[in-house]
Amino acid sequence: MPAIFLSSLTKRFGAVTAVDGVSLAVDEGELFGLIGPDGAGKTTLIRMLVTVLAPDAGEARVDGLDVVRDFRALRRRLGYMPGRFSLYPDLTVAENLAFFASVFGTTVEANYAQVADIYRQIEPFKNRRAGQLSGGMKQKLALSCALIHKPRVLFLDEPTTGVDAVSRQEFWEMLGRLKASGITIFVSTPYMDEASRCDRVALMQGGRILSIDAPARFAGRYTRPLFAVRAADRHRLIQTLRGYPHAHSVYAFGESLHYTDARPHADPADIRAFLASNGFGEVQVAPIEAGIEDVFMALMDEQRERA
Amino acid sequence: MTPIIEVDRLTRTFGSFTAVDHVSFEVGRGEIFGFLGANGAGKTTCMKMLTGLLAPSSGRATVAGYDVATQTERVKREIGYMSQRFSLYEDLSVRENIRFYGGIYGLSMRAIREKTGALLERLDLAASADTLIKALPLGWRQKLAFSIAVLHDPKVVFLDEPTGGVDPITRRQFWDMIYEAASRGVTVFVTTHYMDEAEYCDRVSIMVDGRIEALDTPGGLKATYAAGSMNDVFVRLARGAA
Repeated sequence: MPAIFLSSLTKRFGAVTAVDGVSLAVDEGELFGLIGPDGAGKTTLIRMLVTVLAPDAGEARVDGLDVVRDFRALRRRLGYMPGRFSLYPDLTVAENLAFFASVFGTTVEANYAQVADIYRQIEPFKNRRAGQLSGGMKQKLALSCALIHKPRVLFLDEPTTGVDAVSRQEFWEMLGRLKASGITIFVSTPYMDEASRCDRVALMQGGRILSIDAPARFAGRYTRPLFAVRAADRHRLIQTLRGYPHAHSVYAFGESLHYTDARPHADPADIRAFLASNGFGEVQVAPIEAGIEDVFMALMDEQRERA
Repeated sequence: MTPIIEVDRLTRTFGSFTAVDHVSFEVGRGEIFGFLGANGAGKTTCMKMLTGLLAPSSGRATVAGYDVATQTERVKREIGYMSQRFSLYEDLSVRENIRFYGGIYGLSMRAIREKTGALLERLDLAASADTLIKALPLGWRQKLAFSIAVLHDPKVVFLDEPTGGVDPITRRQFWDMIYEAASRGVTVFVTTHYMDEAEYCDRVSIMVDGRIEALDTPGGLKATYAAGSMNDVFVRLARGAA
């Protein structure tokens, strides 16, 4: 039995279909990522799975329980860390944790082992009011509160948004250790580079799932020839390459450009020659494997073309 | 390269806490300057001082030749600003936002009319001119917000995490706009959490605990720290401080 199962799940707000017939299954113990930009529908999808928003159509089960019919029983088995900080700012760290434990009919002492790895990092501040914690500490407290009743499935809505690269890395290391304890984790993020931390990811855009796979397998889904191109004057390089008759797409990618050729086979020497004829001196053109962001953009392009 | 931003031992304290600690750097005209740092490193405080919103405790900074402490109103006329959190009024239409900001930045009604037409055409938004901002997708909003921030041809535009949460295609279109503005001589001062975007800057500074720990071209920083990517440079510097 999958830990999370969705079939044609749909949610509309007026004329907008925020989640549009989404179907997917997450295995028990999996660390599953939902990746997409703001407005893709990630939060609406998660809110339906944690039983705080009723679907308009389709169905969803978490840990075998229906998110609509069995919502009461299900709430005891899932943990939810919303995107916005939602603890009590006027209660202390310790009071917040004790409160969440008591709501679920348990105690901090009984389930301390479940949260120890994370909670120990903020325990020195247990008498500080939650509203006065730093961003990173708030996050650790929120995660502790979401775990204190030993949920079987944990939902995290954009835990790393607006968080700097170092804290993001630390947060994912924490999730990795949590996964080792056997809990199923469903996490959303707008950062494509976080995909590699997940067992599998779903790419979401415009309310729909574009693709689902293990992060390493996305490269194989990119069917066109892809090259990393480097030369001085990046802005002019982008403009020039876009004018190349065989160009399918040209996107900046860190220190190089990713150039996709429209032909089934492309010779890097042709591209080098074209750039040389346009006055570019030292040019590097190397075939590369597609990353998750390449795949996401290609799928977005296809979705737009179909629309 | 004449500096358009000159910062000399700029400092800001809050009680016993020093948020910005004797920071000195220069930014050249037309440069794309990446201003990086971990959460809480002091970036926002520093940006507030450079935009004339917060008085320095000590030290000095000039933007476009004006002192940020004593000539704040002149500074504000020479700069544009946009952030991820606040940029446009959601209950006003596209056209109304342009008119509102044009007025704030002191443009004449005639200039606003002319610029509105050109801007709508360039962004392919003519059909949506009377659409409320809240009905626009985030990516369009951010591109519009940037265009409005440079509507009055400022000498410097400050961008505070302008691409947070934006889809990968729009994020790149946004950077196309940044390059285009820089090529017209606008100086771009930008913060971001996307390390690939750090590579798009001419120079990058990394702030750690109120100080500028490193400042160089992306290539120079990677060479100095023997790092494969800007992400590695960032993680090494910011984690070293903890």
